[in-house]
Amino acid sequence: MAELSVSYDNRIVKNFAVATMLWGIVGMLVGVVIAFQLVEPSLNLGNPYTTYGRIRPLHTNAVIFAFVGNAIFMGIYYSLQRLCKTRMFSDLLSNIHFWGWQLIIVAAALTLPLGITTSKEYAELEWPIDIAITLIWVVFGINMIGTILKRNEKHMYVAIWFYIATLVTVAVLHIVNSFEIPVNLFKSYSMYAGVQDALVQWWYGHNAVAFFLTTPYLGLMYYFLPKLADRPVYSYRLSIIHFWSLIFLYIWAGPHHLLYSALPDWAQSLGVVFSIMLIAPSWGGMINGLLTLRGVWDKVREDSRLKFLVVAITSYGMATFEGPMHSLKNVNALSHFTDWIPAHVHVGTLGWNGFLTFAMLYYLIPKLFNTKLYSEKLANFHFWIGTIGIVFWVMAMYWAGVTQGLMWKQFTPDGYLMYPNFLDTVTQIIPMYIIRGIGGVLYLVGALVMVYNLIMTMAGKKLVANENVIVQVAEKHEENPKVGYGHRVLERKPVLFTVLTTVAILIGGAVEFFPAFLVKSNIPTISSVKPYSPLELTGRDVYIKEGCNSCHSQLVRPFRSETERYGEYSKAGEFVYDHPFLWGSKRTGPDLHRVGSKYPSGSGRAWHYKHMVDPRSMSPGSLMPPYPWLVESDAKWSVTPNKIRVMRNLGVPYPENYEHQALADMKVQADGIVADLALSGIKAKPESEMVALIAYLQRLGTDIQTKKETAQR
Amino acid sequence: MEIIAFLMGVSLLVAGFFLYAFIKSVKSGQYEDDYTPSVRMLFEDQAEETNP
Repeated sequence: MAELSVSYDNRIVKNFAVATMLWGIVGMLVGVVIAFQLVEPSLNLGNPYTTYGRIRPLHTNAVIFAFVGNAIFMGIYYSLQRLCKTRMFSDLLSNIHFWGWQLIIVAAALTLPLGITTSKEYAELEWPIDIAITLIWVVFGINMIGTILKRNEKHMYVAIWFYIATLVTVAVLHIVNSFEIPVNLFKSYSMYAGVQDALVQWWYGHNAVAFFLTTPYLGLMYYFLPKLADRPVYSYRLSIIHFWSLIFLYIWAGPHHLLYSALPDWAQSLGVVFSIMLIAPSWGGMINGLLTLRGVWDKVREDSRLKFLVVAITSYGMATFEGPMHSLKNVNALSHFTDWIPAHVHVGTLGWNGFLTFAMLYYLIPKLFNTKLYSEKLANFHFWIGTIGIVFWVMAMYWAGVTQGLMWKQFTPDGYLMYPNFLDTVTQIIPMYIIRGIGGVLYLVGALVMVYNLIMTMAGKKLVANENVIVQVAEKHEENPKVGYGHRVLERKPVLFTVLTTVAILIGGAVEFFPAFLVKSNIPTISSVKPYSPLELTGRDVYIKEGCNSCHSQLVRPFRSETERYGEYSKAGEFVYDHPFLWGSKRTGPDLHRVGSKYPSGSGRAWHYKHMVDPRSMSPGSLMPPYPWLVESDAKWSVTPNKIRVMRNLGVPYPENYEHQALADMKVQADGIVADLALSGIKAKPESEMVALIAYLQRLGTDIQTKKETAQR
Repeated sequence: MEIIAFLMGVSLLVAGFFLYAFIKSVKSGQYEDDYTPSVRMLFEDQAEETNP
């Protein structure tokens, strides 16, 4: 053995830690605001920039990519250096990574309230930011792989495998899901349409959960839990099996977000089967974590950080049991589109990600400043108020979700819907929304207490920017190349290892895409389905800009309770020109796929107009925010010809040179709507966003003949 | 679109090989040392100041 002097970079860890705290508070605060907006619509503040549809994506992006993202980097930059017994590959790359990521977050915080969005959940950021994310991710990748390559420790500890899987898979997911054609700097259309777009999006969406919220955190668990408990992980063998089986299975599970949708049945079933199988590796990881504490449970009593970890790992176990259950078609029939899903998600995010992050912060900040935590009491307080906050949050939403799901499906003995007015099922659960908001406030208060505690810990102390240590390194002649083969050899070869990991995660994606893209019969075309008119297309972009899909689905499932309420169920062929698809994932308001035939084409326009300006004038008690600015705001017709051109490049059959005709056609259609509105005494501007949006809404779902009597309900 | 099909076909072949290699390595008992890595990570590095 030889001794080697190594200097660990602690400054970068501290930077990411501070960013984690800052963005965590911002993201949670926005979360609390939108929670109460669903109780009291006036909290939308009457302007576009703070309206639910626009800031709900701000909340999700802030907590996922800013709070959890920075926490991942904080944990990786700390543990990777120590596991590899070397400094990060390049300080310059570390700094580019840090500042680049913060700039991306700022760009997101500016563009999302401005309504610049792709509408694809957790991938809302527009194409220039997508490119920036890719570049910064590559910087992170080079820095990480470079560090692994120059490591002074032969063996790659299990945590590193999880980091590698995260690096590789997030890159693949992000790139594949972000294929889009720009219209201008702030607008693009997804290259995929309808069902294919939905499949790619949820392959991405589910694996964002898997490889951004799960695998990096499992790696961090495998580092920080043994460190804090001062016990080796319960079973190293189990961790190996856990890793491989988890990355193999996760990538296939995406279609469980699309059960009973227009996605081909075989793809849905595939998603279900793999989701069920996921219980095994997920619980393998949870058990491995909890059993690591065997014999040292007394420490959990003393150490608030271990308390956080125990709740985090337990939450992980609950969420990963619940996920497969939701993937069963019969459970999903009830739970999908309800508040049950946010409840499930928040067990994972508040419990697993949040609490594990808090444990890391309480561990790292004192270590980086070579001091003790300012107040153990406050940390304990944080633990308890946070835990109570989670319980309030998720119990209320479980209750709300099941209640609303059952109400949607309830029939009278005579065979009519018991609650034909959707609003009745909303007002019923408002008390639950209030309790959820209170839970969020408690959780936020806990986080604020933590920030205070950690600031006081840092105050007046000096950061150990470079931690100089002596590490033991095996000398060349001590190596015996014949010792270890198979996996042990793999563990010493990070490049090969990375390639093989990529291959492993590509299998799942490939098998699902391959047939869906190639087998035409999967997506039957319907001859009566035609491209949107230029005005409708413009209105569709208003719908996207305002984030209507945050609360409204456009997918009627083939249940009697849904065809009675909304009309004919949705067919795959109806979405072939939808770049991007707008199926949504949550029905805070009713489904809109058949709304086009719900109100008559003439007088119905006035209904839409009045409803948009003041929803409560048409639906008393509605939770929808008012959109009065649509009356005045300009729909930017000048961009539409370019949109037509881009759509044609994507395969939408607009005739050659139609973009020159587009503006004239828009004028005719808009004038018709303005004339109809005038009959109801409303003076509307033809170029306003309102008129375009009405055109789109009245087109929705009308291409195929639907049974009038059900659609009218 | 054909290029995607091609790439995916190749991915599947390589992936199949990988699965084979992985199962084979498991069956031939690769993990004889499935304990010490978990203990070694617990050791804190020696601070330079205390050991000049």
